Order: sequence, then structure tokens, then C-alpha cells
Amino acid sequence: MTKGVDVDLENVWIRFGDFVAVREANVNIKGGEFFSFLGPSGCGKTTILRSVSGFLEPSEGTVRIGGRDMTGIGPNKRPTALIFQNLALFPLMKIWENITFSMEVKGASKAERRKRADELLEMIALPDQGEKLPSELSGGQKQRVAIARALCAEPDVLLLDEPLSALDLKLRQHMRTELREIQQRVGITFIYITHDQGEALTMSDNVAVMRAGVVDQIGSGHTVYNDPATPFVASFVGENNVFRGKVKSIDGDMALISTNRTGELLARIATTAQGTLKVGDPAMLFVRPEALNIAPDITPAPNRFAAMVKHEEFEGQIYNVFLEGSEGKEIKMSLVNIGTERQSAEGMNLTLEYVPEQAVVLPAGELASE
Amino acid sequence: MKTNNILLKFILGAYLVVFFGYLLGPLVVMSITAFNSPSFPKLTPWECLTFEWFDVLAHDERILNGIENSFVIGIGTVILSVIMGLAGALLLTQIWPKLRATYYTIVIAPILIPGVVLGISTLVFWDRMSIMLGMSSGGILHNGIFLTILGQSTFIASYCMLVFIARLQRFDTGLTEAALDLGATQVQAFRKILLPFMKPAIGSAAVLAFLASFENYNTTTFTFGKYPTLTIELAQKVRYGINPSISALAFIIIALTILGALAHEIYRRRQQLALANGAPVAAVSGGFQLPKFFRGNPAAIILVLLALGGASTIWFAQSYSPNACKMDVREQKQLLQQERIKAIREKRQLEQQQKQHQGPDVFSGSKSGSPATQSPGKGAFGNVFAPGNLDKSGPAAKPDEPAKSPGKGAFGDVFSPKNLDQAAPKED
Repeated sequence: MTKGVDVDLENVWIRFGDFVAVREANVNIKGGEFFSFLGPSGCGKTTILRSVSGFLEPSEGTVRIGGRDMTGIGPNKRPTALIFQNLALFPLMKIWENITFSMEVKGASKAERRKRADELLEMIALPDQGEKLPSELSGGQKQRVAIARALCAEPDVLLLDEPLSALDLKLRQHMRTELREIQQRVGITFIYITHDQGEALTMSDNVAVMRAGVVDQIGSGHTVYNDPATPFVASFVGENNVFRGKVKSIDGDMALISTNRTGELLARIATTAQGTLKVGDPAMLFVRPEALNIAPDITPAPNRFAAMVKHEEFEGQIYNVFLEGSEGKEIKMSLVNIGTERQSAEGMNLTLEYVPEQAVVLPAGELASE
Repeated sequence: MKTNNILLKFILGAYLVVFFGYLLGPLVVMSITAFNSPSFPKLTPWECLTFEWFDVLAHDERILNGIENSFVIGIGTVILSVIMGLAGALLLTQIWPKLRATYYTIVIAPILIPGVVLGISTLVFWDRMSIMLGMSSGGILHNGIFLTILGQSTFIASYCMLVFIARLQRFDTGLTEAALDLGATQVQAFRKILLPFMKPAIGSAAVLAFLASFENYNTTTFTFGKYPTLTIELAQKVRYGINPSISALAFIIIALTILGALAHEIYRRRQQLALANGAPVAAVSGGFQLPKFFRGNPAAIILVLLALGGASTIWFAQSYSPNACKMDVREQKQLLQQERIKAIREKRQLEQQQKQHQGPDVFSGSKSGSPATQSPGKGAFGNVFAPGNLDKSGPAAKPDEPAKSPGKGAFGDVFSPKNLDQAAPKED
């Protein structure tokens, strides 16, 4: 199988008339990497994918695949294969014909194609399904056929446009692992588009988070989750409780924020904001629900605040407590279910605490809409 | 409530009968006249069941030639219209969205323009072209088949395009993109993805185009030149009077249409069944059951009955000869005619007699001749020369067996050949 190649976007702008779909994207995707573009719908991630696959030419900037400038090269000449959101299996062709379509257009013999189709069907664990039509397969099976069809073209880069969005939760989770396995086996570059941060985090080596045509942050799932670059990333990737305020003092990489309603809170300054964030700047402090805990006592501290329990949700391994803080916004706390009796009840006033290093301070900015 | 319901049902039923009668009545009447023997298409009086009109049709050079021309033109029109219609429909999906409405109006316009105008304009345009290109008047641009195909295609292509647009709206352009992405060229993507998808629409468009071409008159009438189509021939025939061979042709066309529709219906139902069940259905439930597509579909049953009727008619036609019946009819007609003539004569006589009685007496002497001749023996010369008296004198002279007794003729029948045989044994 071909070794994956680098994909580079250099200063890519894509405009549709007056509308800017992608603004100054600079992304370097290393060969053999599982790379995800994560963002809400309409953020331009599919547009980027289409510019890589060749259905769109960037208005400005260049797309390089394996170091080669792709300007003016059509989708059928690029070493990429795209898995469409709706899969786009050819409805009138049998499964094996679908899979080997890329060989058919190159003039491979029927016997050759049959053989390759059987190999690939074996690989996606669908042997003996070759004679069926796409309409006779289930959603997950179609998914796998689409992957096999793309891999049959032996691309250097596989592009996936939200391929799992049509599947139910169980199957989606199963396909995540399967996709990751396939990627590691074939070793080519995967570029994955999704709005589901769970998918992006579980599968990817690196994630680019996009907001309204702008790439906000590129990094490993761990980085993006724990050390977001913008308030948007902090609020879009995973859940976060936000407190608005002003920087009161800075001590190394820690900052004390005087919030509007909750008093003073301490947290770590995000890596990207270190050195630029100054005392007096408007800031936002983010605390993950799982970072919150019930304080053992009610002594005030810069990592503690009070809130009243509104309601609870039991999810099995965790239970979520929704509280009303003095900011007026709902605060979410996730407690691990360790079998002991719950310490909260509706209407109860609690003092919550967190480890300051697990909370993040960022310059105030746009949040992801709910 | 209940009576109201029954009344409603009755009205609905009556309406349906009237409606279908209106739709199908003329066809039924015309089909029946094809089997009646009078030489003008008539339903009544029913004279004889005959198939001779099919025979007449099969030997009518002009009709056959017209059918042939219609077929040639129909096929040409199908090819041209389907290609132009498909191209037009594809362009509509590709064209800049702001131009789409304008473009649609332009390409659909030929449907709205009267066929007569299209016919004239086709003729005039290609005549000009031919002159501009300096071609002789017998060139291809004046060829009736060429002109008719072009003239008909101008609007039939628009029909085809409508069919294609309807199908294209359900096409997922992602499929073409997927094909391109997998390395197909534009041509390959078109041939392997879009064309197979369009196949059913191409089929319907081709049928539509052929039928539209086959039945077209108003455009063709300007362009046919030396190649009259069936519709043109029929129209010309009607001008000089028709015979039931046209009904026979109509019957054949109707029968073919019904059979075609039936075949298509069966095919479609089969496919639906196969799709619905994933496998062909063999009804296993006990007892005899109609094939599934018949159940709840009286139209299909009627169609099958019609087809069977048609088949048995053909079989019957081969063993049946209407000659006896026709002779009867002819005799009856002759009798009828004679009776009529007689009646007319009697009427005349009556009139004459009336005239005699009413006429002036001066002429009565000379006019009395005719009644007088009817009474033999009372004429001049004692009726010696009246032909009736010859017979009477014969039996008087030879009262017994005047013909059977040889030797009693002139010369004693010596020269009668019968006597030679009789004479010979006597001499031996």
C-alpha cells in the first residue's frame, strides 16, 4: 500500500462571490497522519476538503499534495479519494463493481477486478456480498463498501466527509475504531471532516478546529481539549463552564480573574495567551464539568464558588449536576458514580472547587453557540 | 345516509361509463367497422363478418409506403430528439443559475408554437440554406425525410427534455463527483454513471418521441416532399373517400398499443414485486390464485381478455370465409333491388293507369293498345302470329311426349346422332 504523503494548505482563501468560506488557512498535514477538521456546520471544513480533492480551486493560495502544487489538476488526476457524506455509492452497480470502479475506468480486466474486489470485501469483512446492490446493504455495510471503493483507487490521501453522520450511535462508535484500524493498516494520510468532537478526538493524531472559515487551532486532541487557543475552541470541543471577568493579577502562568458575579477565581493561562494577556484585560475562565467537585468545607478560596443545585441527570458511570451560580448561567458538574450515596440534592447550596491548573484563562472572545 | 351513498355511487358509475364511452367509444366503433363488409366504414347495418379489409390494407401500396416513411422519420426523430433533449436538459443543470429561467423558456417555446408555423419555418429556413450553400433543388436540404425529421424534432426534442429534466432532478451529482474522484474522465463519468441512470427516461422519451412523430400531421404536411407519411396518406385518402381498410389499420394500431401497454404493465409489476420482496413471488397459498398483478387490477384483466380475443380473432380469420355470407347478402340485396324495381314499376303502372282514367277521351282509342295486347286471341289476325300460339299449336298437333319420341322430328330424325347408335345394332 502506498505510503501517505504530506498535504499542505498555504495561505488558502476560498471565496464564493462576496462570501469568504475559508480565510487564510495554513495547515500542514504530515504523511500517514489521521487528521481531522472539526467545526460546526457551515464553518468551511467541507470547502477545504473539496479544495484538496480538486472539486474547488482556492481563490488564493496553494494546495500541495506530496509537495506537488495541485493548482489546475482535476479531481480525477489527484492522488486523493473522497468518501462522501452520503457515501455516493453507484446505485445501479453491484457492490463489487462499485468497489473496483477506479480500476474499471483505467481499463482493468474483469477477472482482475473481481479478484481485487474479493480481497477488499474480505478486508472490510463483507465476503460474499459482492453481487448485491447498494440498496440491499445496511448503513454500516454501505459505509464499509464506500471505504473499500476509495481504498481500491490506492490513493495517497483519503478524504472523509462526515461519513459516520448517518449511522446510529453504536455503529458510529464501532466504525470509529474500525476506521482508525484501517488507517493504521494502510498507512496513508486520512483527512477527516466532522462536527462531532468525540469522533475527532478519538480517531485523530491531530485536529484543526474551525470557526466561520478560520482555523482557530491545530493540535493533538489532548492539546485542543486541555489547552484551547480561543474561547471558541474551549467551548466547542467538549463541554465547558465559562466565567467572564477581568484579569486582576498574573503570577507566572497563573492568573487571578475577578469575575463579574462569582468573585475572584484562579486559573492557568492558556499557552497561546501567555505573555500577551495583561492585567486589566477582559478574560474568560473555563472549567470543565469533570474538573468540578464538591468542596469538603465552605472556606472561601480562589478556586471555590457557591452554587445551588437545580436538577440532576444520571448517566450511569457519571451523573451530571446542573447548578445555578451567581452568574445566572447554568453550571454543569460531572461526578463519577463510585457507588456511594450522592452528596447533592435539588435546592441544596453547594460550594464547588476545582484544581486551578485544570481551569483555563483566555482573552475574552466569541463562544460556540449552544 | 345509505340511500345517499347508493345514489352517489350510481352517479359516479354513470359518470365513469359516460367518460369511458366518450374516450373509447370512437375507437371501439372504428375497430368494429373494420370487420363489416360494406365498402364504406359502417357499423349498421351489420352485413357480414369479413377480414377482407385487412387484405385490402396489406395490398394498399400508398398506405404501406406511408407506414414505411413514418417509421423511417419516427426513428430519425427519436434519435435526434433524444440526443437534443438530453443535451438540453444537461445544459439546464450546468448553466449559470441566473440564466436558467430564461434558458428554460427558450427551449420550451417550441412546444407552445403551433406546429404549422414550425413546419413552414423549417421549409423556408432550409430552402434558404440550400440556396445559400448553392445546392441543387434535389439536394438533401430539400429531402422530405430530412426536413420532416428536423421539423418534428424542433418541438419533440422539447418534450424529451421535459422527461429528462424530471429524471435529472433526482440525480445525485455526488455520484458524478465520486466517479471523477475515483479517476474517471468526464466522458467515462457520463457514460458509466449518468447515462445508466437516465436509461429509463431515455426509454420513455424515445417512445414519446416516436409516437409524437408518428401521429404528427400539421408540421409534416409542409415538409414531407416526396415522402408522405401515414398521417398524410390518410388525410389524402379521406379527401377522396375512405374504405374500412383504414379502420383495419386503426384496429391494428389500437391492438398493438394495448399489447404494448399490457407488456409494459406486466414488466413493471414484476419489477415492483421483485423489489418489494427481494425475490420473485410464487404464490404458495392453497388453491388457484390469480397472478398477483391481476388482483385488484381489473384493467389488467380486461387487457388480457382483449389480447386473448385478438389472438382468437386471428385464428378465426384464417379458417373463416365470408364468401357464403356475402353471396347471401348479395342475393338479398338483389332481391331487395328487384323488389324495389318491381315496386317502382308497379308504382309507375299505377300512375299510368291513374293517368288513363283521368286522361282526355280523344286519345283513348290509340292508347288502348297496351291493355289489348295482354289478351291473346283478341288481337289482329286472330293472333295467329302471337308467339304464345306456337306453343299451343305444338301440343295440339303432337299431344303425347313431343320431345322424348325420336323419329317424330323433321325428316323423321334420321340425322339425329342418337339414331346412329340405335341403327348400328339393328344392322348387325
